[in-house]
Amino acid sequence: MSARPHTTGYRGDRLWLAAMVHRVSGVLLAAFLPLHFLVLGLALEGEAQLDGFLHWTKSPLVKFAETGLVLLLAIHLLGGIRLLVIENMPWREGQKRMATLAAAAAVGIAGIFLIALL
Amino acid sequence: MSGAAETMIDVRVWRGAGEGEYQAFTVPRRDSQTVLDVVTWIQRHADPTLAYRFACRVGVCGSCAMTVNGRPRWTCRTHVSKVIEDGRLEIGPLANLPVIRDLAADMAPFFDKWQKAEGTFVPSRTRHEPLERISPESAERQAADAAIECINCGVCYAACDTVRWSPDYFGPAALNRSWSLVNDVRDAGNLERLAAAASNGGCHNCHSHQSCEQLCPKGLNPTASIAGLKRRTMQAYIRGEIT
Repeated sequence: MSARPHTTGYRGDRLWLAAMVHRVSGVLLAAFLPLHFLVLGLALEGEAQLDGFLHWTKSPLVKFAETGLVLLLAIHLLGGIRLLVIENMPWREGQKRMATLAAAAAVGIAGIFLIALL
Repeated sequence: MSGAAETMIDVRVWRGAGEGEYQAFTVPRRDSQTVLDVVTWIQRHADPTLAYRFACRVGVCGSCAMTVNGRPRWTCRTHVSKVIEDGRLEIGPLANLPVIRDLAADMAPFFDKWQKAEGTFVPSRTRHEPLERISPESAERQAADAAIECINCGVCYAACDTVRWSPDYFGPAALNRSWSLVNDVRDAGNLERLAAAASNGGCHNCHSHQSCEQLCPKGLNPTASIAGLKRRTMQAYIRGEIT
């Protein structure tokens, strides 16, 4: 016996995904922020502590993870600008296209960051 | 279909209320067949106890909306050919509303929220005064078109995850109606309406998924109306007209 009727087939549409990407990227960035402050806090414990950690961040794996961080920042920023435009300016059609452009631009920015690292 | 074997559709129909299960039926395929035709065939030929709701059958009354293969649809104007997947149809009641029985959802919460959103016209003139003359070309008149074609079918409400996640949220249809009245120059109830739109259940809940726009059978765009309400409530708040 099914508990409930199946009613969420609309999920996965492009703008629904845009909202999910925006929300998930926001949560991940919020989760990263305390780690960022923890690293900055190392400076209070002395130069050697901070330099030791910063040396570790030069490893390829961390650099690759930084690309992911740049992707999250760019996609959250551009998606947020799209929402601010929707909510504060006269309505514009073509929001699917705008969301796709925001995602493509974010991937482009992260790609440039990655190439600059290599 | 003379001679040739009939093509059949595998149909699964929700039976029961909040708890229940899908029941399988085999329904003959017809040309230009609508989903409502399928449901009616089942009730007339397979199981007369099947509960569902319809009235006009031509897309005017808004009473026949159901969930078809996971998406809310007006079943009287939804051709089977447009929604069938691998020869199968799964038909259930509208989402985000209590189920009375089988395919009949209880629309009371939908219309209660329409009232909470101050979705009723408040006249600024009495019947003894002359009718207000409004140019069809005026920007306000054209903006007021936003919800005029709404048939209250509840498809947008059932397609809205914000309604699903926030049970107090008024939903796209009620706020779309609100936006039409905000733009109606004859209306005298805008401060109360904007206060309602800015309240806990109001427009600022909307995540702009635009599922309402994509599935509205009348081609309306409630997300755009809700965005308009967000702007207008913000302006009213800055001016100190609402708190």
